[in-house]
Amino acid sequence: MNGVVTAIAGFAAVLGLLMLLWILAVIAQKGLGAINWSFFTSLPAPPGETGGGLANAIVGTLMITALATAMGVPVGILAGTYLAEFSRDSRFAGAVRFCTNILMGAPSIVVGVFVYTLVVVPVGHFSGIAGSVALAIIMLPVVTRTTEDMLRLVPNSLRESALALGAPEYKMIFQIVIRAAKGGLLTGVMLSVARVSGETAPLLFTTLNSPYWSTALNKPMGNLTVTIFNYAMSPYADWQAKAWGASLLIAAGVLFLNLTARLLARERRSKRSGGLRPARVGQ
Amino acid sequence: MTEPVVAKPKVSVRHLNFHYGTHQALKDNTLDVAENAVTAIIGPSGCGKSTHIRCYNRIYEMYRGQVATGEILMDGRNILDPSVDLISLRMRVGMIFQRPSPFPMSIFDNVAYGLRLQAKHSKGELESRVEQALRHAALWDEVADKLHEPGTDLSGGQQQRVCIARAVAVEPDVILMDEPASAIDPVGTAKIEELIESLKARYTIVIVTHNMQQAARVSDYTAFFFNGEVIEFGLTPDIFTRPQKKQTEDYITGRFG
Repeated sequence: MNGVVTAIAGFAAVLGLLMLLWILAVIAQKGLGAINWSFFTSLPAPPGETGGGLANAIVGTLMITALATAMGVPVGILAGTYLAEFSRDSRFAGAVRFCTNILMGAPSIVVGVFVYTLVVVPVGHFSGIAGSVALAIIMLPVVTRTTEDMLRLVPNSLRESALALGAPEYKMIFQIVIRAAKGGLLTGVMLSVARVSGETAPLLFTTLNSPYWSTALNKPMGNLTVTIFNYAMSPYADWQAKAWGASLLIAAGVLFLNLTARLLARERRSKRSGGLRPARVGQ
Repeated sequence: MTEPVVAKPKVSVRHLNFHYGTHQALKDNTLDVAENAVTAIIGPSGCGKSTHIRCYNRIYEMYRGQVATGEILMDGRNILDPSVDLISLRMRVGMIFQRPSPFPMSIFDNVAYGLRLQAKHSKGELESRVEQALRHAALWDEVADKLHEPGTDLSGGQQQRVCIARAVAVEPDVILMDEPASAIDPVGTAKIEELIESLKARYTIVIVTHNMQQAARVSDYTAFFFNGEVIEFGLTPDIFTRPQKKQTEDYITGRFG
């Protein structure tokens, strides 16, 4: 019986791994052909014509994600700090924690529609900023949760040591505790960026897309995920190929962020952890 | 119960009670701490030794539900009074903890941390105060050439001496030590004991230890705690050779605890 269970569980594990590899293989096989110099440097070609690139969408995705990070990360880190340090067991903190968990599971398309009514409708048009707001809302609970978890791993002896030297509470938190948890916080931020950089639905309702060069965040902007959505459904072979190329680019980006986050987490656990490592014994 | 063995106390504890929620951890503690001397607090685990000294800098206030009542007079002022400024109190009363707790920064920045909290010091002044503190902590020769490496890269014994340097850098009046050598190997422990001996010329030291040999070696006065009460207090040689109370004698002869 033991052998049977092991075999079934092992098969399921292999299946999961296989799916990931299969997806990566298909994307690489279909996408690599589309990636060349002009893919990164040129604007999209008009429908039916070959050539051109997705320079505007690449820059747009980077800008929208960067702005979302600039909005979501500070709020998330402060919220997580509040939960972990300032109001550990209060009823209010419990409510915030509960809402954070709910928000974490909220479908991203719902967030997109929400920002559509909140930002796009009053302003009257789609914009990069609206997309960033939607992505920031999706990042917020992820950053809040990892921040709280990471700060709770910091031993109390460190807090007591800082207070015992006469540090006010806010200095103890911002100069000592957050610094001790720095690696973990960075990992959380990178995972949250990876989480939103592949989102399409929230952008569809907020930023839309644009075939033109635009770095104005208050206008509709080109971006990779909505471009994939549009191009993959188009009848033009060249656009379909570009969609595969864009998919490869995003998959590689997300993979890179995840691997970097993992490496950071591993480094934190081994040498030079900066505070979280138990003292070495011996002289 | 407690004979007036200390002529000029630096700290006088009177009728100190302590509660963790509904549990009473200290009962009517009365104790005098002599200036420029080492006072050891011994007793079995859970007897309230650490809780007692955690009242001297009110570090327990970090936690909800922990309350101290009574008086702790330091230079004549009751530091348990709510009007006492915690920050200036803690600058006068340093503390060393059971586990070395270097901050996640360089050795230099660790030692300079308290100084930077106090006031703006010039770079040169900061450097000389850090060097002085590391010399007082008997660590200068070992770290002089790596001051800007992380404090966490040192051995446990060295980390603990960084913490001692960090505490003495701000020149407090009183230094509290909560089992400072319990997580350190024997060589490191010996160095810390030597250090305590040399520090008492400048500071009033209260050390909590579960190690009776250590108390006998480093202290001038010893208090024996049991069940949250001060059972016996006196000069260290008296406590270890002529204990007055049966409980003290049983403990130091190893019959319980």
